[in-house]
Amino acid sequence: MINNFPPAAILILGALFVPFFKSKAKNWYVIILPVAAFYLISQLQVGSSWQVHFFGYDLTFLRVDKLSKVFGYIFTLNAFAAFIYAFYLKDNTQHIATLFYVGSALGVVFSGDLVSFYFFWEGMAVASTFLILARKTPKAQAAGMRYILVHMFGGLCLLAGIVIYITQTGTVTFNAMTDQNLGTCLILIGILVNAAAPPIHAWLPDAYPEATVTGGVILSAYTTKTAVYTLVRGFPGWEILIVIGCIMTIYGIIYALMENDMRRILAYSIINQVGFMVTGVGIGTMMSINGTVAHAFCHIIYKALLWMSAGSVLYMTGKSKCTDLGGLYKTMPWTLIFGAIGALSISSFPGTSGFTSKSLIIDGAIHEHLVWVWMILEIASAGVFLHAGIKFPYFVFFAKDKGLRPGETNKSMLLAMAFMSFMCIFLGVYPQPLYNILPFDVHYQAYTFNHTIAQMQLLMLSALVFFLFLPLLKRTETISIDTDWFYRKGGQLFFRIMDKSFNGLNKSCERIFVNGFTGSLTRFSKDGKARLALIPLVSLWLLTGERGKKLEMKKTKVYTDLLKGTLPVGIGAAVAAIFIMIIFFLS
Amino acid sequence: MNQKKEFDYFDRPETQKKLWIILYIACGLLIVSDFFTHRHSYFGIDSFFGFYALVGFASCAVLILFSKLIGRVLKVKEDYYDK
Repeated sequence: MINNFPPAAILILGALFVPFFKSKAKNWYVIILPVAAFYLISQLQVGSSWQVHFFGYDLTFLRVDKLSKVFGYIFTLNAFAAFIYAFYLKDNTQHIATLFYVGSALGVVFSGDLVSFYFFWEGMAVASTFLILARKTPKAQAAGMRYILVHMFGGLCLLAGIVIYITQTGTVTFNAMTDQNLGTCLILIGILVNAAAPPIHAWLPDAYPEATVTGGVILSAYTTKTAVYTLVRGFPGWEILIVIGCIMTIYGIIYALMENDMRRILAYSIINQVGFMVTGVGIGTMMSINGTVAHAFCHIIYKALLWMSAGSVLYMTGKSKCTDLGGLYKTMPWTLIFGAIGALSISSFPGTSGFTSKSLIIDGAIHEHLVWVWMILEIASAGVFLHAGIKFPYFVFFAKDKGLRPGETNKSMLLAMAFMSFMCIFLGVYPQPLYNILPFDVHYQAYTFNHTIAQMQLLMLSALVFFLFLPLLKRTETISIDTDWFYRKGGQLFFRIMDKSFNGLNKSCERIFVNGFTGSLTRFSKDGKARLALIPLVSLWLLTGERGKKLEMKKTKVYTDLLKGTLPVGIGAAVAAIFIMIIFFLS
Repeated sequence: MNQKKEFDYFDRPETQKKLWIILYIACGLLIVSDFFTHRHSYFGIDSFFGFYALVGFASCAVLILFSKLIGRVLKVKEDYYDK
């Protein structure tokens, strides 16, 4: 039984019981669930599966191979650390949403068919929205709404693509897609929405920084990394991904450099980091796929660590803008140290996990002789140190002392950060356990003298540039316009255009039909017969030479007589006779 | 936190001066150590002396200047979307 039990079920079913636990028992309970799921994943044999026959299709709720297992490990490991971090939190909504979210992410990586994959995919979108809404600020509510709308768009692209794909191929099995047609391209677009690939990336830096303190830690890991998993599963070697990935690496850096909010800096650096992974998928060799998976694994750890560190600062000070922060090394030394370990890891500093994982992707590009790709990845590596490696810790913990004296954050947060810091350094010094669980065999040594020196040169000179250019990097109280402008400002513009055109149309319709046409119809039915009768009479009077006041009096008299039905008999007959004559002459 | 005086080591000008010197020395040593590396050249350009140092320096400088430049257009006030 344990060999074909979907790990997603532990977290999703487990979530239902969260409200029954009180105070600390609740926190212990949610920590134990991912541990149980981790153990279950470790017991799953490669090749085992669990299928359900459903509406004529075989739905595979469990497909175990090395790729799904490695993502399963890191997803549960990160959830474990995040729940330790959230040990202070009593909010049922956030705990349940997190469990559903992580459970759905596990569902995605272990599902073997497109139908159940899609259901878990959408489950993630819904559950994650609650982690944003739970902040309960008007800004978070608005960002949450935009977040779910963008994901609905992505989900619909994905659904349309899946339907076309299933109709064309007749199978629901989810394996590497080779044909480039409408169906697979729509699936790819749906996935790239979640991977936060420009220009459909703005939901990430828009929504994640508005999430709760722990929500940010959770969110940073799953949506983008399940997208990376799905790309590895479905689209290895699609060359367009190299282009998209390279754009992402640079795009993330430039926006992170402009940004003032520390959690928004980290959000943009997710785009940058996922760019490396997407490039690795696009290269599509065993080495680069290994690199992508390893990098996703390490990235989840150090990115969660960075979000934890930023979250602690936000939790203690209530502030997240660099212009409000600074000098926190005095009162939050441990948060600084752990945050700095995360910052060094993301920068691939030798001795940290980023160095042992990202190098695989870059070497993958070198082995394929992709000179431009390699060049961009090296430039982006230097840029990572700039925006996430130094900028984040420098402006939050050093820079100008803003007089904040919050004190160190609580113990459970520090414990979670210590655990993640240990993982960063452990995998940086001894990456073999990670290499062993990668999808393909690894024969790679990151720590050659040449490679280490080259990387150190790249990083230290980046650091030098940062401090030399510091005046240019002075923080301003601004936000940066990104592609969400199109649906935020563009949405308002659209509303105004629609308002003007449709409501204008409405108004003129009212003028023409309601007031104009019906009005004249009413008037006609009221005195139409009188007016009609006057036409021949007046022409007759004009012929007989009636003019001026006399004509007016005659007209008024006949008009009122006609309306009241008090017309002398002769006139009626005369009008009838004139009409008959007119008709006779006309015909 | 028992000390009377707050820990403000990194605020002191002499510390900052020291850190600058350390940074310059580290960069210098790393560039000099390129004499001892025998990089296998993959693309020709990467075997140049101090290639990675140059990439690090130049690319970061360009990135900062570029983001500064487009920031003039893209940076807006925080209440931009509320209006």
